[in-house]
Amino acid sequence: MAEKSFFAPLIAWKNIFEKPVTIKIPKEKREAAPRYRGFHVNNWEKCIGCGTCAKICPTDAITMVEVPDMKQEYGMKPQRPAIDYGRCSFCAMCVDICTTGSLQMTREYIFVSDNPEDFYYVPTEKGILRKEPSEIKIGWTREAENDLLDLERVVPEHLPAEERLNSFVEFVKVYSKQQAIAEAARCVECGICTDRCPEHMQIPQYIKAIWKDDLKDALKWLLKGVEEQNNFGANPLSGVCGRVCTHRCEEVCAISHRGEAIAIRWLKRYITDSIPTEMWHEIVKFNTPKKNKKIAIVGSGPAGLSAAYFLATMGYDVDIYEALNRPGGVMRYGIPRYRLPDEALDKDIAFIESLGVRIITGVAVGKDISFEELRSKYDVIFISTGLTLGRSTKIPGADHPDVVQALPLLREIRDYLRGEGPEPKIAKRVVVIGGGNVAMDIARSVARLQKMKFGQVNVIVTCLERTHEEMPADMEEIEEAIEEGVKIYPGWGPKEVIFYPNEDKIKGLKCVKCTEVFDENKRFNPKFDETEICYYDGDMIIEAIGQAPDYSYLPDEWKSKIQFVGSRILTNNIRQTQIPWLFAGGDIVNGPDIIHGVADGYWAARGIDEYLREQK
Amino acid sequence: MSMGEVKLFFGPNHPGMHGNFSVHMYVEGDVVVKARPVPGFLHRGFEKLMERRLWYQNVALIPRICVPEPDINEACYAMAVEKIAKVEVPERATWIRMLVLELARIANHLWSFGGIGGPIGMYTSMFWSVSDRDKVLDIFEELTGARIYHMYIIPGGVRKDLPTGLEEKISKLMDYLEQRMSEYETFILKNRILHTRLKGIAKIDTETCLKLGVTGIGLRATGIPYDIRKVDPYMFYDKVEFDVPTATEGDAYARISLKPQEIKQSIRIIRQILEKMPSGPVNIKISDGNGLRIRVPKGMAYAKVESTRGEYGYLVVSDGGETPYRVAVRGASYPQGLYGVEHLLPGTRIDDVPIWLDSMGVCAPEIDR
Repeated sequence: MAEKSFFAPLIAWKNIFEKPVTIKIPKEKREAAPRYRGFHVNNWEKCIGCGTCAKICPTDAITMVEVPDMKQEYGMKPQRPAIDYGRCSFCAMCVDICTTGSLQMTREYIFVSDNPEDFYYVPTEKGILRKEPSEIKIGWTREAENDLLDLERVVPEHLPAEERLNSFVEFVKVYSKQQAIAEAARCVECGICTDRCPEHMQIPQYIKAIWKDDLKDALKWLLKGVEEQNNFGANPLSGVCGRVCTHRCEEVCAISHRGEAIAIRWLKRYITDSIPTEMWHEIVKFNTPKKNKKIAIVGSGPAGLSAAYFLATMGYDVDIYEALNRPGGVMRYGIPRYRLPDEALDKDIAFIESLGVRIITGVAVGKDISFEELRSKYDVIFISTGLTLGRSTKIPGADHPDVVQALPLLREIRDYLRGEGPEPKIAKRVVVIGGGNVAMDIARSVARLQKMKFGQVNVIVTCLERTHEEMPADMEEIEEAIEEGVKIYPGWGPKEVIFYPNEDKIKGLKCVKCTEVFDENKRFNPKFDETEICYYDGDMIIEAIGQAPDYSYLPDEWKSKIQFVGSRILTNNIRQTQIPWLFAGGDIVNGPDIIHGVADGYWAARGIDEYLREQK
Repeated sequence: MSMGEVKLFFGPNHPGMHGNFSVHMYVEGDVVVKARPVPGFLHRGFEKLMERRLWYQNVALIPRICVPEPDINEACYAMAVEKIAKVEVPERATWIRMLVLELARIANHLWSFGGIGGPIGMYTSMFWSVSDRDKVLDIFEELTGARIYHMYIIPGGVRKDLPTGLEEKISKLMDYLEQRMSEYETFILKNRILHTRLKGIAKIDTETCLKLGVTGIGLRATGIPYDIRKVDPYMFYDKVEFDVPTATEGDAYARISLKPQEIKQSIRIIRQILEKMPSGPVNIKISDGNGLRIRVPKGMAYAKVESTRGEYGYLVVSDGGETPYRVAVRGASYPQGLYGVEHLLPGTRIDDVPIWLDSMGVCAPEIDR
């Protein structure tokens, strides 16, 4: 037996005078630690319903439930997380990965209810105990160190501004495989991008395919979309959109709430550029029986090519009529070469042609072939002639030959670069009027030509919109233009072209301060402060303030039957005009960019198919 | 079965049993003739489940493999994944991990110290140690946000840095526990009940230990100073000073009396950790991408730590995918819980069976996995 003092047990007696270690619930309350992982609260103002919390949940406790009367807007899903506290393991991974930071955990841990349904709970700001948000103590929060998202974008290799000014070479390089996989690994597959994309491309699916390094599958998602649903979400101009798409998807990307959006556009380009054209046929096959119907498409822009593609996959016989010498429309003649090289466009068009689509170039409908002749030869006509006429400011002096339109000049520059036209006339000092992407395109193209010819850049861009943010051009375009030495002066309205005294030579542009661009109804209605005047020196003025459609090819007989909204054609949701056999799409119907044109082409193809089936 | 031999079930539903584990005893009188361990009540297929869950999601699952000491699971898993991914964990994260593991060791020793009070009928030891354990859990709550399942150690480091002021609270607790340990020794370890009930009971010798694969306190109580922290140091255990207490008797009393001594060593280690811990980042990414798309390169690694019951290890196999290809867990109490029960219980009395299970630290879920 161990040595033991008789008094040893007495040390236990000291506990008599101490408080019990237990507490009396509910009389006494115990405060949880500041980072306690208790019940959830979710800020509905911030939550976008992306469902990332449900995806990371290790116990499947979180499900996304449809919330009735939820406001429907881009960048948001009408769902909110619901938590089953019978399953929740309180690991807080949902909080760590929340894309917006709306989901948090509180320091509350006691909840009593006799109704088991109460434990299945959709968190709001009030928490499961239905308290006022100000009374709730927040516990575990996400900080930089426990963030589960990857917020930084993998930037593809860029040529520096000085270098890219020396040529029209595409200055953004394609992702390497390693870069693409790293970028794809940032995606949380919420699909908010798909909702926003006019064409509803299956973006999370192809990004996941890139991440799994299955490029064939990725290409199938691009060119076939959801095969079971009439190729819903396919984009025949993926190579083009992978370069110059206005990427509305990236604007709403769930990651963009706290970090940089996934580079969806560059990832798309990575897919098309990484697979040689010869292999596209092996990967993407269509086995539809031929249908004995013929369709004419007027205009080979994005909408025309897209409609042709989808119609060809349905088995129709499609001819595209193009007035210019090469197919592609705005993609060939509008967008500068440093953003969209011919080879990329040719790759997409070659695949469309390989499906049996005939592209008849150099034939202007209404001039070389009459509209009536088309009508007699084809079952359906789809028009997608785009906006080809430039708008003029109509200020005094705008009729001078050195005041030119942006669109024809862009066309000349591209023809020149291809070696198919003479060198366009460019002055040493140029003023561009306009704040949209076309203004940026022409300013940057002229800057390159100036650098190549005169050794220095002198381009001024002036526009009504008062800030860079207000300008309709993409921020990226504006930033890159400034990098390249283009000077942008927003907030000025052109007033008059100034000439040298007694000479027919332009001296510059007189502008007045623009105080307001849009009125309270958000309609374009600029107001000026005539007292504040400014002069921009230039030998040449380029107008890039908008384009208008040209319907001169349409015979009056048909034109009178079509309804117009402003200068646009009114169609129903399948892009059918008031003349049943005449469909229309692209910029003359919806606009304003390539991806909307592709979407128009898709819906028109579905509509034409529907129409022709009914004709049988 | 002869008339004199009776089959009795000890557990899973029995006040003297720790966890969902059962021993079928064939007894003659009150002497066990044959003992059959019956595991499986806690079999949730952890190892298989892990193959279906993302690398990161597993952090929420694995603490459940050992309820009283969950951190060893997280640490082994994280260390194995880091070995495959060839990731160097930031220095501060490693020190924090050591801190967590030592606190967990203290908590678990206190818990099992309390557990022995049940079968021998000395409830004071249970009341004291369980209330002291709660003080350690308070620290865990402040550090990790939860009391039992911390889910704190992740592949790449730990989830969050220490909150401000916690170091002070820990060193205060250490002072308190050190003083309590001497009280435990005078009041509990010298208690007559403990001596009568534990001395010479549930004996095991070195040879049997090595034959069955028993490590930890079971082996150290037979005189072998085998502690992975010393023989194959992981983390920074080679940078801290501590002793490995041993005993020679190999009986239940030797094992129980080693526990306060080990707690004292842990206190010593924690004090050194608080002193040596540098500032800096607490985690590093093990691969590109967000938590849903973490991938671990192809490979296989085994990581082991010294748990309160012996060597605890994870073998993780990755085929480069989103989830582990295979995970195998070496539960520390597997040898004593299964082979030990079968080989060493025959010949003892019925009321000594729970003493074996408790003093050897048989933890049901890590056997069932």
